[in-house]
Amino acid sequence: MSKILDDLRYADSHEWVKLEGDIATVGITDYAQHALGNIVYVDMPEVGDEVTAGEEFGAVESVKAASDLISPVSGEVVEINEDLEDSPELVNEDAFANWIMKVKVSDAAEIEALLDAAAYAKICEE
Amino acid sequence: MKYYDKLIFELSRPGRKGYELPANEYGKDSLSDLPADLTRGEKAELPEVSELDVVRHYTNLSMKNFGVDTGFYPLGSCTMKYNPKINEEVAAMPAFTRLHPLQDEQSVQGALELYYNLQKALANIAGLYEFTLNPYAGAHGELTGLMVMRQYHIANGDTKRTKVIVPNSAHGTNPASAMVAGLEVVEVKSKPNGSIDVEDLKPLLDDTVAGIMMTNPNTLGMFETEIMEIAKLVHEAGGLLYYDGANLNPLLGKVRPGDMGFDIMHINLHKTFSTPHGGGGPGSGPVGVVEKLARFLPNPKVKKNEDGSFTITGSEESLGSISSFLGNFGVMMKAYAYILTLGKENLKNVGPLATLNANYIKESLKDDYLLPIDGVCKHEFVFDGLKDKSTGVTTLNVAKRLLDYGFHAPTIYFPLLFHESMMIEPTETESKETLDEFIEVMHKVAAESRETPEEVKNAPLTTIVRKLDETTAAKNPILTYRHLTGK
Repeated sequence: MSKILDDLRYADSHEWVKLEGDIATVGITDYAQHALGNIVYVDMPEVGDEVTAGEEFGAVESVKAASDLISPVSGEVVEINEDLEDSPELVNEDAFANWIMKVKVSDAAEIEALLDAAAYAKICEE
Repeated sequence: MKYYDKLIFELSRPGRKGYELPANEYGKDSLSDLPADLTRGEKAELPEVSELDVVRHYTNLSMKNFGVDTGFYPLGSCTMKYNPKINEEVAAMPAFTRLHPLQDEQSVQGALELYYNLQKALANIAGLYEFTLNPYAGAHGELTGLMVMRQYHIANGDTKRTKVIVPNSAHGTNPASAMVAGLEVVEVKSKPNGSIDVEDLKPLLDDTVAGIMMTNPNTLGMFETEIMEIAKLVHEAGGLLYYDGANLNPLLGKVRPGDMGFDIMHINLHKTFSTPHGGGGPGSGPVGVVEKLARFLPNPKVKKNEDGSFTITGSEESLGSISSFLGNFGVMMKAYAYILTLGKENLKNVGPLATLNANYIKESLKDDYLLPIDGVCKHEFVFDGLKDKSTGVTTLNVAKRLLDYGFHAPTIYFPLLFHESMMIEPTETESKETLDEFIEVMHKVAAESRETPEEVKNAPLTTIVRKLDETTAAKNPILTYRHLTGK
């Protein structure tokens, strides 16, 4: 059973979001890292890039496959997790502690529309 | 078997060689006549070894390999059928191997005839008008076919047609080829069984559509039953249909892509027509088209004259040249030998037997392995790992354990539609005994996964090289001898 944190919001494409003020921290879920297997590369956006909800913002490559990362929010990338450049396996160790990007959101309502922990848990069970 | 992992360079000893030339009586060294700017400044550092060193070295290396000549190789989407040895015999005939591509046309009539006849045979098999045999492999064929598609729209002045519709279950090369051909990729959703969702397709069909790329049977090995409807819709919208020939094998002798409404296709001679691949290639990816597109096929072409002779020609409207000369000729010879040795009637049995074999394995194993798409498959099918997920044994573990029992693993973790994909394609060339052995071993691995899961997770246990660290291999690849030794 994968770990799901109660205080986060989730996209059905298996990304999580934590909103603090107008900054959203985005990562992939424990379920996603488990399904991907050993992660060998995280392709991240650059600080200053604009991301759009529902569109690709990067990719995660594992020994099994490469998967697109879909942004759950729109806005400007203000920080990326540089630790993942050399140690992408950190996402396998703890997918919630090892976030991928922080975004200054342009529309906080987008986050309200995302899944809560209970709804996301249901998707993972299916 | 003894572990052997030497490089030929490690066997090198100064001055060792496998020949002895008579003493130079002329006091002249051929190298000394060359101008200084044509001679190399440093030594080539080629290995210095005896003939026996060379033979033992490469024989030992070849014994580490697993090939279709050594065992069952059910790699899905790859059609690892047996490569008949007569193909090799034909391709090694000096009358062909000693030809030079720049030779005078009159002196290579036999080779041109072979090219022309194979092209015609493929056109008959595919239900299309004309083939070029020039592309070097499948993805190169895709690129060539899409360039034909693009050229057709440009010739019609229809320059806004730049969109290529690709199903989300497609082979990864499809969108990649479309991008390289300068076209834009639009994804169409597939239904749970991998078939194209016609309702999702309809709104995409506007006047910017260049065409659609499909495989049939699709990536899950299921026949696209709505193909005639899809072909009608795409044609009505002014687009063309491209057929990815990777999955042609089960249709041989039963269904022709041309009859399903496809306008362009490529064939992997190295899959369907029994020429070696997977490190043993090279490949060949002939592209066939309907009559209205034939003028755009790449140059050069081979034309048959009224007197029965053959000429190398080209057309003005051709998209140009996409290979050196006429492509991988040796591969064409093997494919032609395959078609002729089977003959028309036996060729018609290829598809049905490949389909029967795949369904036999599927039905025999679905009690132990999760079959997400039930029903009659074509040449291949997909399991979503073991049925019992409680043991923690993954598809990767099962694949590695199969090596212990002398079978090559199926394709794993493709297609991406399932987490634990295991794609099995037995091909028509395997006997029932081999299929039964494979089924027995697969059942055995499933039983082991329940009883001794840790053992399966540590597989392979009996191979010369044990379980590899794939993460480190992907992150820190060591690609050269220099890199390995720091020299």
